[in-house]
Amino acid sequence: MADAGEPEGPERKDDIVKAKQEGKELTKEEKQRLRKEKKQQKKSKEKKDDKPSRDSEKEKKPASAASPAPQTPTQPPAQKAPSAAPAPVPVPASETPSAADKPAKSKAELKAERRARQEAERASKGKKGDVGPQAAPGKPKAPPSELQPVVKRLPEHVQVDNPEVLKKLAKKLERQQTPEYNAATKIPLRSDYGYKVSLFSHLHQYSRKAPLTQQLGIPSTVIHPAIVRLGLQYSQGIVAGSNARSVALLHAFKQVIRDYTTPPNEELSRDLVNRLKPYISFLNQCRPLSASMGNAIKYIKKEISNIPSQCKEEEAKRKLLNCIDCYINEKIVLAAKAIAKYSIEKISDGDVILVYGCSSLVNHILCEAFEKNRKFRVIVVDSRPRLEGREALRRLVQKGINCTYVLISAVSYILPEVSKVFLGAHALLANGYVMSRVGTSQIALVAKAFNVPVLVCCETYKFCERVQTDSFVSNELDDPDDLIVTRTGTTQLEHWQEVPSLGLLNLVYDVTPPDFVDLVITDLGMIPCTSVPVVLRVKNVDQ
Amino acid sequence: MPGPDKETDLTERIEAFLFDLNRGGSGAGPLRGSAETARETTALLRRITAQARWSSAGDLMEIIRNEGRRMTAAQPSETTVGNMIRRVLKIIREEYARSRGSSEEADQQESLHKLLTSGGVSDENFRQPFAALKPNVIEAINELLTELEGTTDNIAMQALEHIHSNEVIMTIGRSRTVEAFLKDAARKRKFHVIVAECAPFCQGHEMATSLSKAGIETTVITDAAIFAVMSRVNKVIIGTQTVLANGGLRAVNGTHTLALAAKHHSTPLIVCAPMFKLSPQVRRLSFLSDFYRYCEILSKVNVHCPVFDYVPPELITLFISNIGGHAPSYIYRLMSELYHPEDHEL
Repeated sequence: MADAGEPEGPERKDDIVKAKQEGKELTKEEKQRLRKEKKQQKKSKEKKDDKPSRDSEKEKKPASAASPAPQTPTQPPAQKAPSAAPAPVPVPASETPSAADKPAKSKAELKAERRARQEAERASKGKKGDVGPQAAPGKPKAPPSELQPVVKRLPEHVQVDNPEVLKKLAKKLERQQTPEYNAATKIPLRSDYGYKVSLFSHLHQYSRKAPLTQQLGIPSTVIHPAIVRLGLQYSQGIVAGSNARSVALLHAFKQVIRDYTTPPNEELSRDLVNRLKPYISFLNQCRPLSASMGNAIKYIKKEISNIPSQCKEEEAKRKLLNCIDCYINEKIVLAAKAIAKYSIEKISDGDVILVYGCSSLVNHILCEAFEKNRKFRVIVVDSRPRLEGREALRRLVQKGINCTYVLISAVSYILPEVSKVFLGAHALLANGYVMSRVGTSQIALVAKAFNVPVLVCCETYKFCERVQTDSFVSNELDDPDDLIVTRTGTTQLEHWQEVPSLGLLNLVYDVTPPDFVDLVITDLGMIPCTSVPVVLRVKNVDQ
Repeated sequence: MPGPDKETDLTERIEAFLFDLNRGGSGAGPLRGSAETARETTALLRRITAQARWSSAGDLMEIIRNEGRRMTAAQPSETTVGNMIRRVLKIIREEYARSRGSSEEADQQESLHKLLTSGGVSDENFRQPFAALKPNVIEAINELLTELEGTTDNIAMQALEHIHSNEVIMTIGRSRTVEAFLKDAARKRKFHVIVAECAPFCQGHEMATSLSKAGIETTVITDAAIFAVMSRVNKVIIGTQTVLANGGLRAVNGTHTLALAAKHHSTPLIVCAPMFKLSPQVRRLSFLSDFYRYCEILSKVNVHCPVFDYVPPELITLFISNIGGHAPSYIYRLMSELYHPEDHEL
């Protein structure tokens, strides 16, 4: 619309008419949009800054195309969003005489546009903001390609400080029960624990001693028992690690699919997806979903909805189970083999390799390299409170690899001996940042200071379209009681809750800037950190 | 007879002090702060001056040097002992020079010209006996002791010049100097403190409880989260075990990482260190002594647990000491005022 309305030469009458039509369509659309926008303005204040400027822009453009005189007084007040609503009113008022003969056509066009937009909404990642559709009707001929504005709604788990969002979540959890069960068996809402550091008041902080399953009734009829068990395993930390969680999730879903029967008058492709929604909410409450889990869920939902309706139930189920097995095999098992093959080229004899924490992929690589008779020794760096490095140490020593163990504060002491650093990743973000266990960025920083190469190993299914620049806006807060330690019989922080100005912070993830990372080894090859959006684009085109 | 009794008494005290030093290092006895060590060392040196038998300055210096060597050998990582000994030696030299009435007071190597023209090592042998030397030296040592008592307060008094309100300050481990510094500022200003716990001894926990009891908004983070939260930190204020001659630090484990993270985010790094921590040593590659307090069950694994880190001077922004603030590049001058170059090697 912007392009059509702009030609300052409204010399040709067709152009003016076209612009007026589009202007009129826009304004009607805009009215609807603005009504919705006002509702949303109460919640998200940041959109207020975007919209008024965009509204006023769009107001100016049809205004300039149409008669400028009556519009100029409305332009300055159009800067503010509330007054942008009365602004469209004079515009159609002046244009109705000219466009009165074409209301039916514009309505049909409107309907077609709306349907097209809804299809586009469903196709995009399932979350849509107002800004997206607002731009779309303005450009009826806009290319519906990858450049569609993907402004997602903020996920709930980073808006904990917003009480309205919490209310919405509670309602959503109530709604997510199948109608035949009564309202008592809803998915419970987990409550926060302990004093939260003010910088992180927008995130949840749960206690491990109060798992969500305690609030579920027995028998829990809404949620499949395999999922309940999985949720408990997540929240207690029994299943931890990005790959392990995804694989466990997929196996639990396989069990769900095996036990599923299509109710009468329902289609498998739609009903099963609806069945999975409460499970996913429950797992999200137990522990926020990881990027790899999110991608796996997307894949499953896509496969389920692609099941043709004439397919028999047994066959459909078999197909789905097969799909899941293929996914695990391709994306995790074979990917690990490919990554190991590439990495072994990078490991030479006499290397001293530093690893951090317990990454299943990095351990796999080191074991493979050791079997291929490379001579190297490993330094395992560990950090409180999880002390995952001990698990990695156990696995490597069992294989017979020569290992050293240090805590993360000793990294600058030990780094002069190190020749390479291998790190695992939880997710790779679209701006090239590596999201991984907290402490990874620190190790990359110190390695950079000592000029030691840093290699990150990550499968492509962990690539994620989010962008993030610091470790605050989207993170996970673990149980703060983990930081309490007893040393020689005395505990300093035992009564930390009683001291009002004391807070404990137990972060789980952090992001590493791409200039600290020298190479990313994926199943597609060895790429620099900045090529992650390229890989994502290629993957999307493939799918 | 007072003579031999005094002698044995003195030797006993010296032995007890050495024993304490030894125990303190191996972790069996109570860890004492450096200020305490400095005071005890100086008190012991005063006692030696008062009670030992010496006739000239040279004798006294010999005695002190010998005792000093034993003390530093008992606990090599406790550098304050050596520092105090060097201070006292310098005091003796000064008092001797004053007694001689010479203008040797101005013979500090202030100018290159003097260095050239003075022609090598001075041929002082400190053999001339002076009657007034003993009381002078003891008085000077008393002044030194008074200075030592007031160091923490002097540093804490400068706190308001460096901390403004609503700041986020990061620190690591436990330093009594920094604790006093922050508590003093908290009387007038409101700010947040993030304490890195500094595993495995987790002394940060004690620091955090102490600060929060004084009403300061404190957060405890793990060592792994230092870089993650550094982007929101306005200043990093740390204490140190020793300040080296080149302006670098020998500080608790994890400080180098903290300094690198601060440099990356261009956050100023302020070190609160009293002057008695200034040591004429430079970094020796072997001084990161490993104290193995942490044992793994698996016998095939090497475990390292270094206690100290070396922080190079280019990562440090400012030193705050009891005589004011200095840049790291000025430390060498301060050192030349405190110690005589011949005493650098005891």
